[in-house]
Amino acid sequence: MAHNKTQPLNYLRESASQTAGPYVHIGLAPGAAGFEIYERELGTDIAGPNAPGERVRIEGVVYDGLGASVKDVLIEVWQADAAGIYPHPEDPRHADVAPGFRGWGRVISDFDSGVWTLDTIKPGPCPGRMGRVQAPHLSLWIVSRGINIGLNTRLYFPEDTALHAADPILGSIEQRGRVKTLIATKIAAGQYRFDISLQGDDETVFMDI
Amino acid sequence: MKPAEFYMRDRTLHPPSYHPGYKTSVPRSPKQALLTVQQSLSEITGPAFGHNDMGPLDHDLIKNFDHGGDPVGERIILHGRVLDENARPVPKTLVEIWQANASGRYRHKKDVYLGALDPNFGGCGRTITDDQGYYFFRTIKPGPYPWLNYVNSWRPAHIHVSVFGTSFSQRLITQLYFEGDPLIPKCPIVQTIPDPQAVEQLTAVLDMNTAIPMDCLAYKFDIVLRGRRSTLFENRLEGN
Ligand SMILES: [Fe+3]
Repeated sequence: MAHNKTQPLNYLRESASQTAGPYVHIGLAPGAAGFEIYERELGTDIAGPNAPGERVRIEGVVYDGLGASVKDVLIEVWQADAAGIYPHPEDPRHADVAPGFRGWGRVISDFDSGVWTLDTIKPGPCPGRMGRVQAPHLSLWIVSRGINIGLNTRLYFPEDTALHAADPILGSIEQRGRVKTLIATKIAAGQYRFDISLQGDDETVFMDI
Repeated sequence: MKPAEFYMRDRTLHPPSYHPGYKTSVPRSPKQALLTVQQSLSEITGPAFGHNDMGPLDHDLIKNFDHGGDPVGERIILHGRVLDENARPVPKTLVEIWQANASGRYRHKKDVYLGALDPNFGGCGRTITDDQGYYFFRTIKPGPYPWLNYVNSWRPAHIHVSVFGTSFSQRLITQLYFEGDPLIPKCPIVQTIPDPQAVEQLTAVLDMNTAIPMDCLAYKFDIVLRGRRSTLFENRLEGN
């Protein structure tokens, strides 16, 4: 503490992060891990049944630096609705968000295969800074055993190439070869694949937000 | 009010991704620099939760897995506030916890420690802070448990804590330790934190004024999330 200053700033400091550990599932997704304790599990329904927009399913695997699938990962998703509106008072258009749209969800990987799957609607483009437009994207937050501080990244959709060219985040990636790590692959109508590499040659771009 | 960014995260108090003393972090840590992102609407917004998301016993780990009795172990109240770095309370935010029982065993299919399961203890709880950012749980003090990092590594008694704040950029998972536990300085996971003061901030303190005589002890644990710029001057996050 800076006791010798006549004008101390008096800010508090953020609590330090710690790994979610191997048993994060019983805390944050007990039902998905086969442990029935809560009447209502949170994060299982991102969009709600009535929100307009294209229904999409995204699956993927998180790989470690040796190419092994991470079988105990938990991923949270935050996204705008099909009109690009976030259900949050800071979005000036939030009163118009799609009915029942929550925008947030969490999934865990299968303990045997490492595959995670999430169902949602495709978000619309949303406003960026300085009047720019951000291409449709999901914001992801990844935690597990061995991850000391949650990893932020984004998932973009492969068909939005024109919007990607103008997207401020994708545009800020200096190593252009890494941009592809943020873009899902379409595997069927309404179905996408998005693998995440924690480390290695194809390491996903993670973000300090 | 104009939208404003959250303060830059002080990475000198957080554990680095790669910390060889915590072996699992070795293959699970990014090696490239994180991409610096100036916050947009996507980062300054985040999910909201309400009381209809909660069940009536969700915050009471002594009763929320009642199979005919109370769990064994030291009964405690765990309470505190969620604040931001400006010391402003964070109201109506979701706090979730999970933990081992008094023998150090989790109710999780991957936990095979020989400490006994407790038929009356589930080990998870959740609540929403009130208008002053205050929260409380009732639970059992968890036991320490061994894990294979080094051959004789033991976790200090701890409770895992997950907090949201008002934006996705404030999202945090941490762990709560208990004052006076001699295992704290020996723990490889605690040691990933480079700043001793930051470890102290994760250590709950015994609070005899909140203890309930003849019933349970109490520990106080405040959680601090990233603070936010005030908008004394218009910034250009949204406009142009
Ligand atoms: Fe633990």
